[in-house]
Amino acid sequence: MVVTDFAKEYSEMRYLTMIKSRPNMGPPPPALMEAIGALTADGFRDGYLLEAGGLAPEMVRVRVRAGKVDVVDGPFSEAKEIVGGYAMVEARSKEGATELGSRMMAAHAEHWPGWEGEVEIRSVFGNPPA
Amino acid sequence: MSGRDPRAAAEAVWRLEAPKLIAAGLRMVRDVNLAEDLAQDALVAALEQWPRDGVPVNPAAWMTAVVKRRAVDHIRRNERFRQRQPELARTAAESMELDPDHDVERIDDDLLRLVFIACHPAISQQSRVALTLRLLGGLTTTEIAHAFLVPEATVAQRIVRAKTDLRHANAALDEPGPEQRLERLDAVLEVIYLIFNEGYTATAGADWSRPVLCNEALRLGRLLRGLIPEDPEVLGLLALMEFQSSRLAARHASDGTAVLLDDQDRSRWDHDRIRRGLAAIAAAEATGEPMGPYLLQAQIAACHARARTPVQTDWSKVTFWYDLLAQVAPSPIVQLNRAVSVGRSHGPHAGLALLDTINADPKIGGLHLYHAVRGDLLARLGRHGEARAEFTHAASLTGNESEQALLRRRAADLPETDMPRQDF
Repeated sequence: MVVTDFAKEYSEMRYLTMIKSRPNMGPPPPALMEAIGALTADGFRDGYLLEAGGLAPEMVRVRVRAGKVDVVDGPFSEAKEIVGGYAMVEARSKEGATELGSRMMAAHAEHWPGWEGEVEIRSVFGNPPA
Repeated sequence: MSGRDPRAAAEAVWRLEAPKLIAAGLRMVRDVNLAEDLAQDALVAALEQWPRDGVPVNPAAWMTAVVKRRAVDHIRRNERFRQRQPELARTAAESMELDPDHDVERIDDDLLRLVFIACHPAISQQSRVALTLRLLGGLTTTEIAHAFLVPEATVAQRIVRAKTDLRHANAALDEPGPEQRLERLDAVLEVIYLIFNEGYTATAGADWSRPVLCNEALRLGRLLRGLIPEDPEVLGLLALMEFQSSRLAARHASDGTAVLLDDQDRSRWDHDRIRRGLAAIAAAEATGEPMGPYLLQAQIAACHARARTPVQTDWSKVTFWYDLLAQVAPSPIVQLNRAVSVGRSHGPHAGLALLDTINADPKIGGLHLYHAVRGDLLARLGRHGEARAEFTHAASLTGNESEQALLRRRAADLPETDMPRQDF
């Protein structure tokens, strides 16, 4: 019955996923928003999605240069890519998180012709506590 | 490395989809065992085909399609089955005619049906736990056995037994009505909390806790919240689990010994979970319905979660919630905790007075916790001799070694002489 021994892979982790693309792509098509809405609803219901949101393009940077804290208002013309959305997910493995990210990218590929970008998936240290 | 490992992808997708695959199969074939086999078939098919053909664009839909196709095959092939149980064939035929969009909307109903079956009254509680983790958590028998530190054969046996009992009870056809549903929901919440507690207090083994089980229980709690979004107890249980698990990292020292609530480093609490717990409480309160035991316990946990230091704890509020809890779900432990809380909010004298009113109940007076609480209150009044006797007696009443050690340490740490009597 049991086809694969999952036990060796089992390690629950929290991941921050960030969707990145070139700046100035314009607003996402309604069909994509609908698809993302459905994915998000599934994710919350199934219990692996903890938090998700889109990010407005306006940005402020607070940075340190030569030991001094300095505030710089955007937009930043030199930016090659911007983060347009994020999600905090809980997955049992890197592959699990990868699948969740793949779903998000498949929705973009299907509903936003010409869009190119990526989702970056990063595990969060120390969470959930072991 | 570029591209996905197809085998790893198949396993990961199956992990995420297993409950939905089983639930969809169950709707068509109305048999838990068969539905589970169909879901396994989808994994086997993916493990065979994806390495050859590549990972499909929509892997989840691919697996669902396999389950449905196999279910239809099964129904068509099994003429005998069809003749013997015309009603089943009709149900399956109806679901086959549905267009895919309708299926998407029905998945919530399918999942809820699966939840109720896994926690069906016809099967033992141990079996409910195993079956819930297997059908809704997508855990293997091996993993469940590891998590509960029992032999794999034991878990396998429980699952086989449960499936037989479910078949005899015709459980797959039995849809609880509105009244039954409430009763059955209680059983579901109980199973989830049992899984959580097994992970949180780890009754067996060297570990203080097994977070894997806590995480599974939390996921089940969130799933249930998604399916029944406006039930205050569903939200209450979820909040309670979020708060309790937020302390997982802080409740044991690096040498593995227990750290009590007052002594925990609160910066190590998981504030993300606390925030979600508070949100669940707010949602439960917004329903405007009366509070049940889970929500009340969550309210108490929230009082601790909100306090950045132990002295900031709003003990009068804790006492308020314990008063309500003692009415809704009276138990010796609730009575004792209420006394602790009164001892904090109204002083040790008040706590002791309360203990004196409840110790007539042998179910309370014989508990090691009763004597531990009493010892604590006496110690705070400076009555060290009496306190030491209570701690020592409490230690003799518990079988848990780390608890014994803690109580003996408390007895030993008390000053030799009593403090002069004071009026508090």
